Amino acid sequence: MKIKRRDFLKGLAGSAVLAMAPPAIASSSEKNRLPDALGILYDSTLCVGCQVCMVACKRANNMPLEFYGPQKRWDNPVDLSSKTLNIIKVYENGTPKEKDREIDGYAFVKRHCMHCVDPACVSACPASAMTKDTKTGIVSYNKNACIGCRYCQVACPFNIPKFEWDNPFPKIVKCQLCSHLLAKGQIPACSNECPTGASLFGPVADLVKEAERRQNMTAGKYYEFPVSEISSTKKQVHKAKKYIPKIYGENDGGGTQVLMLAGVSFDKLGLPMLPDRSYTAIAENIQHTLYKGMILPIVAFGGLIFLVKRAEKKKKE
Amino acid sequence: MKTEQPLEGKILTPTFLICCLIFLISLIFMAKRFLYGLGAVSNMSDGYPWGLWIAFDVVIGTALGCGGYAMALLVYVFNKGEYHPLVRPALMTSLFGYSLAGVAVVIDVGRYWQLYNIFLPWYMNPNSVLLEVALCVGAYVAVLWVEFSPTFLTKFGADNAKAFMNKIMFVFIALGILLPTMHQSSLGTVMVVTGSKLSPLWWTRLLPLLFLISCIFLGYAIVVFESSITGSRYPIHDETDLLGKVSGVMAWLIAIYLVIRLADVVIRGHLNLAFRGDLLGNMFLLENILLLIPMAVLFVPANLKNARVMFLCAVSIVLATVLFRFNTYIIGFDPGDGWHYFPSVGEIFISLGIVSMEIMAFLWFIKRLPIYRRL
Repeated sequence: MKIKRRDFLKGLAGSAVLAMAPPAIASSSEKNRLPDALGILYDSTLCVGCQVCMVACKRANNMPLEFYGPQKRWDNPVDLSSKTLNIIKVYENGTPKEKDREIDGYAFVKRHCMHCVDPACVSACPASAMTKDTKTGIVSYNKNACIGCRYCQVACPFNIPKFEWDNPFPKIVKCQLCSHLLAKGQIPACSNECPTGASLFGPVADLVKEAERRQNMTAGKYYEFPVSEISSTKKQVHKAKKYIPKIYGENDGGGTQVLMLAGVSFDKLGLPMLPDRSYTAIAENIQHTLYKGMILPIVAFGGLIFLVKRAEKKKKE
Repeated sequence: MKTEQPLEGKILTPTFLICCLIFLISLIFMAKRFLYGLGAVSNMSDGYPWGLWIAFDVVIGTALGCGGYAMALLVYVFNKGEYHPLVRPALMTSLFGYSLAGVAVVIDVGRYWQLYNIFLPWYMNPNSVLLEVALCVGAYVAVLWVEFSPTFLTKFGADNAKAFMNKIMFVFIALGILLPTMHQSSLGTVMVVTGSKLSPLWWTRLLPLLFLISCIFLGYAIVVFESSITGSRYPIHDETDLLGKVSGVMAWLIAIYLVIRLADVVIRGHLNLAFRGDLLGNMFLLENILLLIPMAVLFVPANLKNARVMFLCAVSIVLATVLFRFNTYIIGFDPGDGWHYFPSVGEIFISLGIVSMEIMAFLWFIKRLPIYRRL
């Protein structure tokens, strides 16, 4: 018994070292922004809640209408689903008198895929059905690869991938930044049709600069805001609101290609508060430490063959 | 030395027939699932994309099937040949646990008709923890059938084939230890990526280590549990001495596990969550108390000679490890936005159907194949 315990402890100590190792070599799995990444800057203070972006999204992606309540007359989804890739939601507090105010105010928020810098869904998917474009960084879904395991849904910190629960031959559905329109030289439908420039499409590097410009604006003064696309010559003049001093998605969860500005704190708007280091990087670190080049498993296999042979020899004796 | 023999007896016992009935009912729900989609029978949702089937049938099912792995560790890695009589029954439960987890996966995945994609190199994602789990579990099911094949070959008197199998068996025994070490720990890593969606009482980067240690002592608990039950109903050789030794090992493993488990929660500064009196706090306490008590009991040498005490301890340990996995995969998981999940009748029946299949196969195997040492 004594020897057995000691041997056991030895074995366990070995695996403990392996499992504890990841924190020591942190950051090695962290991903950086792609230089030509494309994204959207959503400015909650410019959004008037007209939901044109939702209509445009449905039309551009051939998505079915979704009804809520007894009257099945118009499309009125209450949340993202396998039929709705993009949604405008509203935050309300007390007597919602003033827009973009946390107390006794209201504010809009636009939700769809954030196109993460280090997407959990891409890392999680066993069949490579979720991929991140190496140039644009757009996260896309390939139903021909997908096995329907739904690990992408479990992994996504924003709960973006949706599943067709009522379809016997289901697939995952998510915003793909209108890749099919980009291929034709057009821009994502939601930004294209947004009348106020609240949803602004462009290279992420430029969007970050634009977001920083807005962060430095003086509330109450008038400024020019581009509409639809960052490089657009079409501009509108708005009175700047008081922004929360944060660009959501700049670093959150390892960074996202969809960035957000708002006058109301982001947790109130329903966005998750995530650490700057993505959980994807943490999980991949554990995995890569243990399985890099399959060296550890192969060594272990060799050791086990030896031990089994030894035990069998003893049994024969 | 006594050799393993079939226990004989009637197959169609009341237990067998009840299992048969439950299995038939579950077939109706399975048909519904394949005709109308997952939403038609399950309460899973976009917030809780994994429910009872993944948590119970796959994660817990394979963990309960760790008896074979845990015994192989003792016999081959720690070179304790005296435990050999416990290997074959343990291997059999592993065989069922893992094979039926495979069945559950086919029912659970949405696009089951292209499930084979994970075996195609151009679709494999080497970063995916789930891919590693799937490949290792798949390979281990095959290894288990090979490891178990001498039992069949004995029954059918294929001596040449059996001799050949015994010659190459060492490769499969080694794989049978390597593969569970890999995928049982990875079943913990699977939930690391969920980050803030999982309660800090369970989210830790040590999940793979905790899953690995707990699956090993769970494996021993299952061996004790099963031998006790079979021993009380069938005339088999009394293995109390061996079970006592196994229980002693179990106590030490639990001690190591609990130290890591509690130290981890304390160091991360979340122990206060355990004492808030809410569901998650209580689940955390329950999960660990169910380990603490049997550990204390099994540290008393006299108790290692008492079959009844060891059986009760094994039951407690099984419950604790099952609860730990439920907590990590469902109860401690909160996607936010007000999502809720409780398994539907259909989900429960399909899970029960799979367990029934397992019990029916168990009864047939022990009565018709040389598994246990008879009196």
